[in-house]
Amino acid sequence: MILEAIILTVITAATPLVVAALGELVTERSGVLNLGVEGMMIMGAVGAFAVAQMTGNPYLGLLAGIAVGALFSLLFGFLTLTLVTNQVATGLALTILGLGASGMIGETWVGVPGIKLQAIYIPGLSDIPVIGPILFHQDIVFYLSIALLIGVNWFLFRSRTGLMLRAIGDNHGSAHALGIDVLRVRYLSVMFGGACAGLAGAQLSLVYTPQWVEDMSAGRGWIALALVVFSSWRPWRVLAGGYLFGAVTIGQLHTQALGVNVPSQFLSALPYAATVVVLVLISRNRRTTLINTPASLGKPFVPDR
Amino acid sequence: MKPHDMSRPDALLSVRKLTKLFGSFAACDGIDIEIQPGEIHALLGENGAGKSTLVKMLFGVLTPSAGQIVWKGQPVRIGSPGEARKTGIGMVFQHFSLFEALTVAENIALSLDPGISLARISDEAAALSHAYGLPLDPKAHVADLSVGERQRIEIVRALLQNPQLIILDEPTSVLTPQEADRLFETLAKLKAEGRSVLYISHRLEEVQRICDRATVLRHGKVTGACDPKRETPASLARMMVGNEVATVSAAGTTTRGDVLLQARNLNVPARTPFAVSLKNLSLTVRSGEVLAIAGVAGNGQSELFDALSGEYPVADNDAIRIRDHAVGASGITARRLIGASFVPEERHGHAAVTGMSLSDNLVLARSQSDRRAFLTGGPLGIIRHKIVREAAKRISAAMDVRKSGEDPPAGSLSGGNLQKFIVGRELDRQPSVMIVNQPTWGVDAGAASRIRQALVDLAKSGSAVLVISQDLDEIFEVATEIAVINEGRLSNAYPAQDMTREKIGLLMGGAHDKAGAEAQHAH
Repeated sequence: MILEAIILTVITAATPLVVAALGELVTERSGVLNLGVEGMMIMGAVGAFAVAQMTGNPYLGLLAGIAVGALFSLLFGFLTLTLVTNQVATGLALTILGLGASGMIGETWVGVPGIKLQAIYIPGLSDIPVIGPILFHQDIVFYLSIALLIGVNWFLFRSRTGLMLRAIGDNHGSAHALGIDVLRVRYLSVMFGGACAGLAGAQLSLVYTPQWVEDMSAGRGWIALALVVFSSWRPWRVLAGGYLFGAVTIGQLHTQALGVNVPSQFLSALPYAATVVVLVLISRNRRTTLINTPASLGKPFVPDR
Repeated sequence: MKPHDMSRPDALLSVRKLTKLFGSFAACDGIDIEIQPGEIHALLGENGAGKSTLVKMLFGVLTPSAGQIVWKGQPVRIGSPGEARKTGIGMVFQHFSLFEALTVAENIALSLDPGISLARISDEAAALSHAYGLPLDPKAHVADLSVGERQRIEIVRALLQNPQLIILDEPTSVLTPQEADRLFETLAKLKAEGRSVLYISHRLEEVQRICDRATVLRHGKVTGACDPKRETPASLARMMVGNEVATVSAAGTTTRGDVLLQARNLNVPARTPFAVSLKNLSLTVRSGEVLAIAGVAGNGQSELFDALSGEYPVADNDAIRIRDHAVGASGITARRLIGASFVPEERHGHAAVTGMSLSDNLVLARSQSDRRAFLTGGPLGIIRHKIVREAAKRISAAMDVRKSGEDPPAGSLSGGNLQKFIVGRELDRQPSVMIVNQPTWGVDAGAASRIRQALVDLAKSGSAVLVISQDLDEIFEVATEIAVINEGRLSNAYPAQDMTREKIGLLMGGAHDKAGAEAQHAH
């Protein structure tokens, strides 16, 4: 079943994008722009790989990836929220720091065969023809990504804490006047974004290509950031965008393998172009975009008293 | 009984020697106020007198530098708005603290106890708002609502918290007389329930009508406490301003000249599902006239301003004529270049960039129309800072703009002073057509009378002035002609002396030209 195999690879390619983008979506909905997704992702990847090697347990590696991502984002939170540094510059610095530090930490692991996080076999469900292997014979990160999607959607639009988070993102001054602890919510949402980026990184070094290669995040953090913006900060569109990007990426690889007479640079650029075009088309409605864009995104908050 | 006895033990709230310092500047300097249960207490004062600072301290937004707040006989520290609400203090802000991206129900939910479902809040808000005559759709997004509707949310939000003291900052400035009457009924009901109201207003007649006591502030100090019913508007104004407020003399007797501004069968479709479309709207303003357009918020005023100013040009180029040029399809700059000036409703971020200095704001507005004066270097467009600063100084002096420092950021000025600067910036050009939307919204009595007089004087000097306003006092002060906008339709314009509040009220409700016909007969 070649189609089944293709769909499976699409899912594996799309999952880290969806996970990282959902985390960043929550961070940005609270009004904080963290451009360090790429850096947090690669730190998660190296942390996960290292712990999996040391303990021999990929699940501990996964937890380590999440923890490293969250801790690394805490650095960003301290700088931008407590010391009120510029969010754009600090985010870029976080990415540069993450890429450098991960290369240094991972030096001893280069070339070491990795430990793959195995797909979970669910008796009965996994044996259903076609959809069984696709939906019910996957690694835990895939299931987590779906749970995250549903959870984030529910949290933001159905829970009171989510309402407070959106209120802070829309107008932090008014939120403060209402007695909401703006900095606390922002710290937590920054750390949630970091944990998700770390999980996405762990998926790269434990599932996607179970080994450590320097700079293995290969720009996926930036794609995740772009997905958040083009999805107008709405979780379901992040899923659509992530899978579209994954599908075109895998599709163009197969096209190249078939030897179609199209310049390979063009094919390599296709996923980026296709994702941008589709997401621009679906976010044409200016009013909905306006209502979903966090108005205080990237603006520093200093309580006046 | 002594009406001003400050030592009654049963006071709901008493404030003793409350002081707030910003650096070395005392915004509030040793303020004493006592509020009894079940009274409506007015807080009067010009912009910058310290009213906002005082109520922000009462509501826990600012921390006092010195002094004491005593609630029901116990000294309290109100550290946050949440604590204020728990204490039993609710507040309706003048500058709304609403979240534009959220719905009405979500905005209300944020200030209530957690654990109440959004559906229940929607129902309660809808029920309460209708009971108090402030209809609201709980599912509407705030971004799509008018200023008047946004204020309703603030009022309903405060009422839902069931407070014992409710602070209202300029609540009626965007309501029609009928809506204001309903609000007063609400306040009377709250008072009958034993609740107290701290009522901040510039409208002295209103204060006299509904308030039991009044405290007057000037320059951060209490300058008077009185029973407003025993005072006259002039004596109250004197306490506030320190000298008599000049009464505006209307332009009623000016000579009318050529038609300078004209709209003919102007049709503008609604830009958003929540905007109002303009339907077959026609108006004419001659030299020497002040046409005032009355109407309840959200009946097409902002759409009309956008079309006339060119912020959103219209399809039919001939539908709008300024000084006999067809300009319907032209933008703002083209209209300014033929002698028109515009002052939009929102001061912060629309009429002025708050983070930039006054002189920078001057260049931004007039860099094209006064290119020769303000810029040099031909296509390079280098700003002649010295000349611009001189001009900003001239405007500030002409309009009596009170500011700290030579050229402060626009956002550091109080609302009234910034509005004086913005109106002055346009008047300084001697425009032949001036269009102003809500010229004195949220502006204190002194500044408002200054602005209105300036508009009247401009018409007397031969310009055509169009004022869009929800303030009927203002309309009667400045207008030579009055028209009413309702659901995007404009009534005929009638001479101001033939109009009464009742007739305007009927036209506001959509009773088109029956009331107008009466006005004609009465003539």
